Amino acid sequence: MSYGILIVSHVPEIAAGVPKLLQQVATDVSITAAGGTDEQEIGTSLEKINQAIAANQADELLAFYDLGSARMNLEMAAEMTTKKIHLYDTALVESSYVAASLLQAGVALAAIEKQLEPLKIKGNN
Amino acid sequence: MELTLENYLAWMQDFAQKIADKKDYLSDLDSKIGDGDHGNNMARGLKAVSEALATKPADLTSALKVTAMALISKVGGAAGPLYGTAFLEMAKLSSKTVDLSELITAAAAGLQKRGGAQAGDKTMVDVWLPVRDNLKNSQLTSEKIEQAVNSTKQMEAKKGRASYLGERSVGHLDPGAVSSGYLFESMLQTGVIK
Ligand SMILES: Nc1ncnc2c1ncn2[C@@H]1O[C@H](COP(=O)(O)OP(=O)(O)OP(=O)(O)O)[C@@H](O)[C@H]1O
Ligand SMILES: [Mg+2]
Repeated sequence: MSYGILIVSHVPEIAAGVPKLLQQVATDVSITAAGGTDEQEIGTSLEKINQAIAANQADELLAFYDLGSARMNLEMAAEMTTKKIHLYDTALVESSYVAASLLQAGVALAAIEKQLEPLKIKGNN
Repeated sequence: MELTLENYLAWMQDFAQKIADKKDYLSDLDSKIGDGDHGNNMARGLKAVSEALATKPADLTSALKVTAMALISKVGGAAGPLYGTAFLEMAKLSSKTVDLSELITAAAAGLQKRGGAQAGDKTMVDVWLPVRDNLKNSQLTSEKIEQAVNSTKQMEAKKGRASYLGERSVGHLDPGAVSSGYLFESMLQTGVIK
């Protein structure tokens, strides 16, 4: 499968938990995550995001995040990698779940993005 | 006003010291309208910057780049990519010009591109923009910096963690504006501007 999912959260446990929810309905989708700072504290780490991008088996990733610096670090990581990163300002749990189920069902990216649209809740903070 | 490797190193040393001294105060400010980590984030970042600059960089451009990378990788909060991008933009431009005003102008633009904040959004941008403008007219003073920092108190936050508080963010200083105030105070005090 050519598309993967990337989850970025401020909290290591959220980053570990969300993929569990998704993987249950998307067994064939590569889902990787980055959570917390390098010291496992609350925050985000560019290094962890870079690693999660590298570890993902797909070369085109749908990326979902929780708050503030997660988005900024995701943007920086996207500028550094050769993989294509699609960044969504949508509700983390719901939208990543939508993307995972639809990718598993083989739905095209454009159709997935249409489903994600009403879940946009941020990007202006 | 030109930035040199020498005055830049003195500037960063002074800034790191200020951040270390004001770490608890910055985190206190952040706990009022954010998550209470700005002082710790900045202290961790500036410690990494000091360590990285301890081996004297070959030139100003590499000193700026080393600073940016340390901030980006060690701060851990929004201030990391924001300050990091600002220093990275200065590094990029420094191979063409070392004029302080031009460097800060590029840094402020990078900051705004990364965070999307405008003037009045109650962020560090509310210090960077007036500093940029005052540098252009060679009119930057300590009072002007203080004024810019204090102006964030009455603003309602539109960006960052504080924006989730809406109007309850009014009446508190923005922590990133305060740390940026220290950055520019250090710049004045270490003779980068003569
Ligand atoms: N979008 C933005 N644009 C400009 N400055 C911002 C933005 N978001 C936050 N800031 C600045 O960053 C400061 C907070 O820095 P801090 O290191 O505490 O990050 P944080 O908000 O805890 O990060 P996180 O997004 O990981 O929760 C704010 O006081 C503000 O000045
Ligand atoms: Mg904070």
